[in-house]
Parts: sequence; structure tokens; C-alpha cells
Amino acid sequence: MPEEFKAGCQRPSIVKNQEDVQKDSVQVAEIIKEESMIKVGKPAPDFTAPGFFEGKFANFSLSEYLGQWVVLCFYPGDFTFV
Amino acid sequence: MSVDSVFVHKVWNDQELSKMIGKNIPFPMLSDGGGNIGKLYGIYDEEGGVETRGRFLIDPDGIVQGFEVLTPPVGRNVSETLRQIQAFQLVREAKGAEATPSGWRPGKKTLKPGPDLVGNVWKEWKVSEAFDE
Repeated sequence: MPEEFKAGCQRPSIVKNQEDVQKDSVQVAEIIKEESMIKVGKPAPDFTAPGFFEGKFANFSLSEYLGQWVVLCFYPGDFTFV
Repeated sequence: MSVDSVFVHKVWNDQELSKMIGKNIPFPMLSDGGGNIGKLYGIYDEEGGVETRGRFLIDPDGIVQGFEVLTPPVGRNVSETLRQIQAFQLVREAKGAEATPSGWRPGKKTLKPGPDLVGNVWKEWKVSEAFDE
């Protein structure tokens, strides 16, 4: 379940996998480069990100939505017109 | 998901989006400060420091079934996204026994792949069916 967090003065940080934290930045950069080739028929990279939903701030993981269809949409920014 | 903070998401929901739809946004508005998730999905624009309009359809097993990426000034077609989900749900249910031809939408005929269909699609499907009207 999404874990609610208290709104502080700092931006909530992206939660990284324990595995990733241990790798040095060069390796992480290589992994990101490799995995940025999204392919149909292959697993969607999992992530945990802070979000706003139903009046609350919480951390959401893609893996929590296994068993459901997910539409993951990226967009340039809040208050943009399109 | 965008690079905006959750605070900006809240204000956008409260001040504008909820007024468009008469209720709160019914899905999580996610924050990707720094664009790390956007980079993972290959849609982050390093120059602009923002995400481009990437849209990914992910099935119940966590597998990417489709995606679309647009530059910022052109909006998405939500009906087309819904149509694709309906088509993916149908073929998943049929376990390979049915396929949805170009222009398929719920109610239109599907195709049954197999030896008998080879070279005979022209008998089963007309080009006009690729279009909505």
C-alpha cells in the first residue's frame, strides 16, 4: 500500500533500491543508459516516487499495481496548457 | 508524472484540474524531481529539464505492451489509449486465439490467426474497417 508521508519543507526524495544505492554513480549511469531502451513485451522498470492522491502525499511504487492495467503518463509540467 | 513537486501537483489539482472535472484527479499525480524515472523510461528531455509526453501501457504482469511519445505542444488522444487497452485486454483473454486488426474497436470483428487465414485476410477484413467512419 502507498505509504503516507508528512509534507516538509524539502522536496521528498526519490526512493532508490538498496541495490542501486550501493553502486557507484558510473555504474548507475550505465544501468540507466541500458534500461532507457524500453521495449514492448519486456518488463516496465519499477520505481517508487512521491505523489499527491486523494488529498494526501504518499510514496507510490509501480510494483504495487501488479494485477492491474497501468497507464503511466509523463508530461512536461503542471499548468502547461495541453 | 512530471518533474513538479507534490506541492505543485496539489495546487494544480485544487485550483484548476478539479474545476475541469468536478472532482479530484482520480489517480496519483507523481513527482519525478531530477527526471530519474523519466531517464529510466527514455523520455526525459535533458535540455529542457522536463519530461516529454511519454505514455506507457503496462499489463497486469508488469510488461510494457505499448508506448507513445510526443513532443510537448501536441496533446494525447485519450480515446485511442482506452481503445488500445480494450484491444490488449481482449487478446490477453483470448490467449492468442484472436487478434485485433487495424481500426478495431469494441464491437468490431476480430481475426482468428491460423493457417486458414494466411492469404485470406482480404475476405475477412476490408480497408474501410481501418477507419472510424
